[in-house]
Amino acid sequence: MFKNVNQEALKTIFASLVSILIGLIMGLIILLVTDPNNAFLGFQRALLGGFNRMPRSFGEMLYQATPILLTGLSVGFAFKTGLFNIGASGQFIVGGFAAIFVGVRWTFLPTSIAWIVGLIVAMIAGALWAGISGWLKAYRNVNEVITSIMLNYVAVFLVNYLVVATVFNQTRNESLSPTNAFIPRGFFDSLFPRTGVHMGYVVAVVVAIIIWIILEKTTFGFELRAVGFNRHAARYAGVNEKRNIVLSMMIAGALAGLGGALLYLSATGVHIEVVDVIPLQGFNGIPVALLASSNPLGIIFSSLLLAHLNTGGFYMQTLFPTEIINIMVSVIIYFSAFAMITKSVLEKYLKRKGGKNA
Amino acid sequence: MNIPFLVQQTMFFAIPLMVVALGGMYSEQSGVINIGLEGIMIFSTFMGILVLNMFIGVIPAQFLFILALLVSGISGMIFSSLHAYASVYQKANQVISGTALNMFAPAFFNFTMRNQTGSNQLYFFNQYRIPKVALLGDIPFVGPLFFTNTYISTYIGLVILAISVFVFYKTRFGLRLRACGEHPQAADAAGINVYRMRTYGVLISGLLAGMGGLILTIPTTTAFGGSVAGYGFLALAVLIFGQWKPKRIVFAAFFFGAMKTIAATYTSIPILLSLGIPGYLFKSIPYLTTILVLAFTSKKSVAPKALGEPFDKGKR
Repeated sequence: MFKNVNQEALKTIFASLVSILIGLIMGLIILLVTDPNNAFLGFQRALLGGFNRMPRSFGEMLYQATPILLTGLSVGFAFKTGLFNIGASGQFIVGGFAAIFVGVRWTFLPTSIAWIVGLIVAMIAGALWAGISGWLKAYRNVNEVITSIMLNYVAVFLVNYLVVATVFNQTRNESLSPTNAFIPRGFFDSLFPRTGVHMGYVVAVVVAIIIWIILEKTTFGFELRAVGFNRHAARYAGVNEKRNIVLSMMIAGALAGLGGALLYLSATGVHIEVVDVIPLQGFNGIPVALLASSNPLGIIFSSLLLAHLNTGGFYMQTLFPTEIINIMVSVIIYFSAFAMITKSVLEKYLKRKGGKNA
Repeated sequence: MNIPFLVQQTMFFAIPLMVVALGGMYSEQSGVINIGLEGIMIFSTFMGILVLNMFIGVIPAQFLFILALLVSGISGMIFSSLHAYASVYQKANQVISGTALNMFAPAFFNFTMRNQTGSNQLYFFNQYRIPKVALLGDIPFVGPLFFTNTYISTYIGLVILAISVFVFYKTRFGLRLRACGEHPQAADAAGINVYRMRTYGVLISGLLAGMGGLILTIPTTTAFGGSVAGYGFLALAVLIFGQWKPKRIVFAAFFFGAMKTIAATYTSIPILLSLGIPGYLFKSIPYLTTILVLAFTSKKSVAPKALGEPFDKGKR
């Protein structure tokens, strides 16, 4: 049994590697067509990614991976429980605002714990925001895809209003910098000096592991997945399926909200700008989750891969527009949708090999 | 209050939403989720505007616009064939391949534009507005509402609606398509080629989403920045709001369009402005009212039964 599970995981990883390879080759071809002279240098920088200028680039990569690890977890967790959370963007910005609010206004908190309070409040805000979609899905039978798309817009408008009303930096048309809540740099400070990476990355990885344990090792997680698999069967088996749908959505929202807090409390000069644009980090959670087949542990690696490539994009921008990275990622995602075939090809191969040995 | 202006604005929002949602309907009624509408719109709008810029001054304005709409539609079809291949023939996860389209299109646009021009704005000259349709524009009341300050794309959108409804309900093709989304095994047993029908479904969604992208972009801006501002996702919402049925989709699109118009123009409507409601609430109106309406009307939702399930001939 255990051996089978391992083999299954191995096949999935192999299939992902093939997709990544195809994506990279496509990227190289496009670079060659665009500018043959610089193609290989550019490609090399894209591949080196977080290793371009050690240790700095590596720190930047971890910094970039932090928020998308969380939004990836948010989308992936919802997928595992049968929900499509396309609203991670809204939950992300709501959580981000909540964290900034704590950082700017709750100055009575001592600095040592203010950032932790910020993270918790952000999670609650994200959970409540996503809970609206969950409640509507469970009790009013409204498709969660629609409500979370709609709530993305409402979240942006609401947060803009709240930023202006409570934590506004008028001259720059953005939120104020938190004064006493920022995530400490910890050991990253000496490992990767002068980069954005902070202890939030450790928080993110730990959260991913916790989510994996909840989903795979607890009755609660089993129930959540059962509802996702077949709502009616789960109810028949005595699971309170309505409550579980709301809870699934709230947990997904808490994760995205935490992602927002980890970005906006990182003291790297990022602020919420008062513009009517839906933040991209939420949507980027979708490919992160899909690349890892929504496995929380896999999401740790898929978010690193995306951050790695994006860091590479930063170092090649003198040669090529950075969008080449997103082209590569989209090709990788497209072929990872085919993962099934790659897996079945591998299966046949293994079977043949196994047959010979036996 | 300028009622003709409000009606015209509503049309500019609602028609493209309706066209794209109708496209999505064909895909989803055949059983294939198409979350890639947004990407298809972006890709095809890019192609359509390239054609507009290429032949400006060579071909008369309205003919050029129609040509560009056709090119957009065909580009959308070609681009969506990637989704069709993955989701129908490779039995891929339909959400994944749709997401890939959404990611590819803006990246492709930005990469090409930055590389060729250094900017990521594609400008075009808007010569396509029709100030007043001859004769029809002179009809009292109706004329100013529907036949002044308009675009040929609006009427094309209505023609698309008529054709869509006809094909969907009155032809053998429409019936078979719906069968594939409802019970593909039964359809297969009845001798229908499910793979082919689903491919048609996705390609039609590409055609309509492609045209919808240009229909949305031309009247509302003169610079395309590789984004359709989430309209592909909104069309998806309209499709679900419309319960996957043409007439309800029309209602949903116009409901949303009207709300969007109120949200966009409340500053010019004195009654609304005098209420003292904060602006963000007005901007949220289309989204909040949609949620509210759905909360009271979706007790029994009727998604196609086999939506999202890859069809495998060998399985029963």
